[in-house]
Amino acid sequence: MKRHLISAADLTRDDAVLILDTAEEMARVADRPIKKLPTLRGRTVVNLFYEDSTRTRISFEAAAKRLSADVINFSAKGSSVSKGESLKDTALTLEAMGADAVVIRHPDSGAPHRLATSGWIGGSVLNAGDGTHEHPTQALLDAFTMRRRFTGSGGGSGSPGGGTGRDLSGRHITIVGDILHSRVARSNVHLLSTLGAEVTLVAPPTLVPVGVGSWPCEVTYDLDSVLAKSDAVMMLRVQRERMKDAFFPTEREYARRYGLDGERMSRMPAHALVMHPGPMNRGMEITAEVADSPRCTAVEQVTNGVSIRMAALYLLLGGSEPAVSPRPDTPRTEENDR
Amino acid sequence: MSRTLIRGAQILGGAPRDVLIDGETIASVGGSTSTGSRPDDAGAQVIDADGLILLPGLVDLHTHLREPGREDSETVLTGTRAAARGGFTAVHAMANTFPVADTAGVVEQVWRLGRESGYCDVQPVGAVTVGLAGRQLAELGAMHESAAAVRVFSDDGKCVDDAVIMRRALEYVKAFDGVIAQHAQEPRLTEGAQMNEGIVSAELGLGGWPAVAEESVISRDVLLAAHVGSRVHICHLSTAGSVEIVRWAKSKGWRVTAEVTPHHLLLTDELVRTYDPVYKVNPPLRTEADVLALREALADGTIDCVATDHAPHPHEDKDCEWGAAAMGMVGLETALSVVQHTMVDTGLLDWSQVADRMSARPAAIGRLAGHGRPVSAGEPANLTLVDPAYRGEVDPAGFVSRSRNTPYAGRELPGRVTHTFLRGSATVVDGKLT
Ligand SMILES: [Zn+2]
Repeated sequence: MKRHLISAADLTRDDAVLILDTAEEMARVADRPIKKLPTLRGRTVVNLFYEDSTRTRISFEAAAKRLSADVINFSAKGSSVSKGESLKDTALTLEAMGADAVVIRHPDSGAPHRLATSGWIGGSVLNAGDGTHEHPTQALLDAFTMRRRFTGSGGGSGSPGGGTGRDLSGRHITIVGDILHSRVARSNVHLLSTLGAEVTLVAPPTLVPVGVGSWPCEVTYDLDSVLAKSDAVMMLRVQRERMKDAFFPTEREYARRYGLDGERMSRMPAHALVMHPGPMNRGMEITAEVADSPRCTAVEQVTNGVSIRMAALYLLLGGSEPAVSPRPDTPRTEENDR
Repeated sequence: MSRTLIRGAQILGGAPRDVLIDGETIASVGGSTSTGSRPDDAGAQVIDADGLILLPGLVDLHTHLREPGREDSETVLTGTRAAARGGFTAVHAMANTFPVADTAGVVEQVWRLGRESGYCDVQPVGAVTVGLAGRQLAELGAMHESAAAVRVFSDDGKCVDDAVIMRRALEYVKAFDGVIAQHAQEPRLTEGAQMNEGIVSAELGLGGWPAVAEESVISRDVLLAAHVGSRVHICHLSTAGSVEIVRWAKSKGWRVTAEVTPHHLLLTDELVRTYDPVYKVNPPLRTEADVLALREALADGTIDCVATDHAPHPHEDKDCEWGAAAMGMVGLETALSVVQHTMVDTGLLDWSQVADRMSARPAAIGRLAGHGRPVSAGEPANLTLVDPAYRGEVDPAGFVSRSRNTPYAGRELPGRVTHTFLRGSATVVDGKLT
């Protein structure tokens, strides 16, 4: 593993499988009465959020706390950041505070890369979403969710755990929606192809980036043509404001051509999943019927997000020891560690 | 009057000759030194120019000197010092200052500061529209009639995107042989643009600046210039498609000229993968295919000249994340080296063609008297000596510009300006400012 997690493209297959396997161990901890591990005790994790994203911040915060790290939330709202303090000055402040890892969400593509490579800080940098570039932990939790579902282990405490050691070879994953502006799509295309899956992007041509031809995936404008071969269909959030920039004519037309409703879902294979990174625009890219169906993994994805972020923090902060005690009955927790 | 003998210089890359400068002019050019014919050099200071190329002083059509208003990044004095060090004897100062150079008062101020600097001639460029806002013509006639005698007008930094305003400007400046230098950028197609739109922008998730946003404006403007019989100059042409349009317009005999920057002759958008804002520039770095088309077009004359688009910025405006960074690169002190590297060392241009593309043509487009002249007796002694054998890494700390935002730091580039003469006085000796 590298010291930073900036792009899913930086992960090898073995890196990615290691993170998923580690997350599987972390998930088992979550099933215990005491959910905390002492692994990162004394280490400081900063959540540096330049965009409102309570969901992602809470997920990282829960992950760091379950590993016993000290967590500092540094939000752009109401801090010196919103008064125009530069990313560099904020970084120097965090460095002075002894941050071992900085989890950064930023509206500018490349800001985490810049933070990691500029020499401003010495700790690890985790990209929690940068502009329209990447959101690697989202892709990892998506892959984790798929691997668990495809291998039939829901992650119950007795199960061996979600296809440990396996990748997603031979699976067909379809990603539908605003590819152009989606950091989730970019990270997923990289990660899923690294894990052996075949990825197809579906969008109106206006929402497909110029230059997509070099990506390791297929592109189609016709959702109906790929439903039958999909093992999972990932629906991306489509902002209604895109309509104003003429990316599509009306919400109704978008929903009709690219939305997932019960009829379309019925044409997917019986085992196929419906995924959504949230928050959902019900009635836009997904109907309530689909969103609330047992095939839809949206809630599970949120749960799995904590395990994935625990795994990422643990591995980036130099976890050479096993993250979790090999004997599940006597976990090394806060309680019996004293 | 001071006399300087430049001994054994290869004029425009030719056989070694002696050149005697007397006062402000070239007094004589001797025969090939091997034939023994020598100018009368009694009392002259002698420069041994063995192995050096002698060029007419370079002329830049596109320089941002930043004064008035942004003296933290550059002043007329520091900018002209950088120009002299880069071998330039004349620069055109762009109008996007604070206040904008859209009145006779501001262009005269810049012109006067240039005269006082003494390092190189400063020819102010006037804004086309008031405040560069693109709505109302600035007093183009008054700027022309001022002491600055403005002939080149540009809203550079902004595109004159309104077709009617552009047409009127083109027509209006015919009265005094002016030219409109267009920064071709269709504004709606480049909202939120951060880099060239293509494979790299798709991966990096940075807003795309498509080639068509430049090409569509150039297409319109060459047609407008043809329609009204005016001169139009295309600033910093950056795409292969733009080359095709200019080539076509020239084939029709229309009065179209174009410039290319050194950085667009060398760098590509692959560098943006570093997210290092030193590579953030407008128009953006394009692809390898564009770079090759630009080199070819400069070689065959489709692109008339090299212009630096020297755009100084203070350190903090580049020491930040990509999206927050300013656009632009300094270029005066590295321009000739980049041209040698990309055009001469590749065999695309010889030194006499370099003199054409970096001195004669830009001087002709700007109608600058006394610059871009042949190196021969009786001409003004605006001269540059270059050591083409020199190889060295670019060290921004050694720049005399007030800003350091160069994309070439640490890169090995050939060639070094050893001497620059402005009307007979040395502004640079042995690579150092006088
Ligand atoms: Zn410009």
